[in-house]
Amino acid sequence: MALVLNEEQQMLKESAQGFLAEHAPIAELRAQRDAGSESGYSNTLWSQMVNMGWAAILVPEEYGGLAFGHVGMAQIVEESGRTLTASPLLSTAILGVTVINLAGSEAQKTELLGAITGGELTIALAVDEKIHHDPLQIAMSAKKKGDGYLLRGEKRFVVDGGTADKLIVATRTAGNPGEMKGISLFLVDRTAPGVNVKRTQMIDGRNAAIVTFTDVDVRSDALLGEQDRGFSALSATLDAGNAHLAAELLGIAQESFHRTLQYMKERKQFGALIGSFQALQHRTAHWWSEVELCKSVVLKVMQSLDEGDVKSPALASIAKAKLCEVAELSTNEAIQIHGGIGMTDEYEIGFFIKRARPAQMLYGDYNYHANRFALISGY
Amino acid sequence: MSDLQVFRQETREWLEKNCPQSMRSPVIAGQGVCWGGRKWIFESEDQQLWLERMGAKGWTAPDWPTEYGGGGLAKAEHKILKEEMGRIRARSPLDSFGIWMIGPALLKFGSEELKQQHLPPIIRGEIRWCQGYSEPNAGSDLAGLQSKAVDMGDHFIANGQKVWTSYGDMADWMFCLLRTDPEAKKQMGISLMLFDMESAGVTAKPIKLISGSSPFCETFLDDVRVEKDQVVGEVNQGWTIAKYLLTHEREMIGGMGLTGAGSKTLGMIAAKTIGTTDGRLNDLFMRTDVAKWEIDAAAFAFTAERVTDEAKAGQGVGASSAMLKYYGTELNKRRFETLLKIGGSDDLIWDGEVSNNGWTARTLLRTKGNSIEGGTSEVQLNIIAKNILGLG
Repeated sequence: MALVLNEEQQMLKESAQGFLAEHAPIAELRAQRDAGSESGYSNTLWSQMVNMGWAAILVPEEYGGLAFGHVGMAQIVEESGRTLTASPLLSTAILGVTVINLAGSEAQKTELLGAITGGELTIALAVDEKIHHDPLQIAMSAKKKGDGYLLRGEKRFVVDGGTADKLIVATRTAGNPGEMKGISLFLVDRTAPGVNVKRTQMIDGRNAAIVTFTDVDVRSDALLGEQDRGFSALSATLDAGNAHLAAELLGIAQESFHRTLQYMKERKQFGALIGSFQALQHRTAHWWSEVELCKSVVLKVMQSLDEGDVKSPALASIAKAKLCEVAELSTNEAIQIHGGIGMTDEYEIGFFIKRARPAQMLYGDYNYHANRFALISGY
Repeated sequence: MSDLQVFRQETREWLEKNCPQSMRSPVIAGQGVCWGGRKWIFESEDQQLWLERMGAKGWTAPDWPTEYGGGGLAKAEHKILKEEMGRIRARSPLDSFGIWMIGPALLKFGSEELKQQHLPPIIRGEIRWCQGYSEPNAGSDLAGLQSKAVDMGDHFIANGQKVWTSYGDMADWMFCLLRTDPEAKKQMGISLMLFDMESAGVTAKPIKLISGSSPFCETFLDDVRVEKDQVVGEVNQGWTIAKYLLTHEREMIGGMGLTGAGSKTLGMIAAKTIGTTDGRLNDLFMRTDVAKWEIDAAAFAFTAERVTDEAKAGQGVGASSAMLKYYGTELNKRRFETLLKIGGSDDLIWDGEVSNNGWTARTLLRTKGNSIEGGTSEVQLNIIAKNILGLG
């Protein structure tokens, strides 16, 4: 498949660009943050996104979705990286939809995907238990009790966990940490008895949560997929999540590059535009080259996900790793080249680093994905 | 059956019949490459036969017009030929600066007479070309070149010195940049001229490199006669063609960052040499280097793919040849640094079987030139900053 966008994908990108610039610029993120918003995003904005069909993009047609694919979704995500738009797009419309579609029963898919598409349901995926992502190490227990299960344990860095209607919780029903077998996924209401949600505002102004499960009773129909065999769906879901985080980081890298390049053409020191200094020109040209590479890896992994290619896990790790590296470069260079003004809260350039770092770390940073890629590659 | 399917079938049959068995294995470490030319000594009868057969069919230059002896293939047919050659692992019958560089320039800028004279022997591998660009005082600042050609009425007389002439001692003809108007602004007074390396006054002396080999020469021009009809394009307009050729060269050199499909990955080589425990390379710092290189190399390969696809789709060119040259050569240098570390002290042995005659070390040394030749990395960064990013 040619490594270019088709006309429909290009149109979606442009419409997302227009919408986000008008309704969700960085000023909106600042307003949410300053108001101490519970969710970290605007409910009105999310409703508008749902109305435009963005929650339905990855949903198959038989469940009322648009089945527009990952390449299409990535255009929206990339643009929302440029505007640093906070919304439940990742947690609900990407991770939630993907895991339900992969693991859910007919009944679950019909009910839950329909609700997500209609904007009546938001989801938060609860995976990590320690401060570093490592889904094989899941230890939180789910024990058979009567015809249901009893959940016990703690999850952290649960994105949108403070406000989502339902949590999808990865637990261990068998085996030991480090083993693939024995992982089971459960749907749990955020407000169910025994679920304690401690909302944490992150450096990007968005909400994540530390969620404690104290003997939470769930019925057997809360199980998403087969008992003990949840890892493959979880892993594929995380691949999609990481690919889209890479797309968001691509938007962040491009926008911080673009704003810095503009600044270099306006700011004068020593009687000359700083963009005329070769020391900065070479750094900027290198930076631009790295961003060009990033465009290619992101498009590649999205096409691979849409085709269901067996290389998707390796490509997801390549993309996430590369974007972690280049987002770090981009947000750091942006501040350095802006100089003192880049350190101020008033100026928007400093907002990019604060979204980039959580997006880099979520579901595995550079080291995690370089390691995973090496393991997949046999070394 | 569609026309293309017919073409594929006929191509497959022709290759099956005409490609000698010994030409159906990859060229390893430069062994088995055919450069052709008057001085070429074929390493086997098969190598000669393969060149003659492919040359006669025009398939050494598959997409050049048939009127000059080229294959006249459309893009889709050219792709099929490549695939079918790849299927039987057929070697390239001819590596040639004629085909890669001066040929395309002649097709675009040359007179009908020059095309008729020079293209057929290039296609048949009979004439080998070299490039006379750099000079001792004109490296990165190529347009500052001083070798000159003076108009003598019915011919030019050229004097000066060229350097980094690839295979100058093995080549038959040179395409050469010469200053024809010393008064004009430096880019405006340059012409691209062609002459036989056997002309009186041409001396090519090999330069021994740190790698031990001598792929480059310094070439001295002492009162060399150049015929009037051997000027490509207009007199004093050579810089435009030179820039076109440099872009070509950049793309070629930048392609070095791409390791061919099917060739062993760094990870595979490292795993075999160093060993693994629980699926992890035994040297964890090495493992990090290898993974980082492979991630970058994959991203670079996808970028080369995207640039090609965007050009085909007629979408605006994003990445430039300057970027591919810059990134590709830096990547190739890193590849050999990592390979040498993997190979350990055995790979430091200069001669002998253990190290395949020092192949890794010698190639590593040679790669240091990748980011110098065809415009240094710093020149590429200047081009990106000025032409793409608009930084003055």
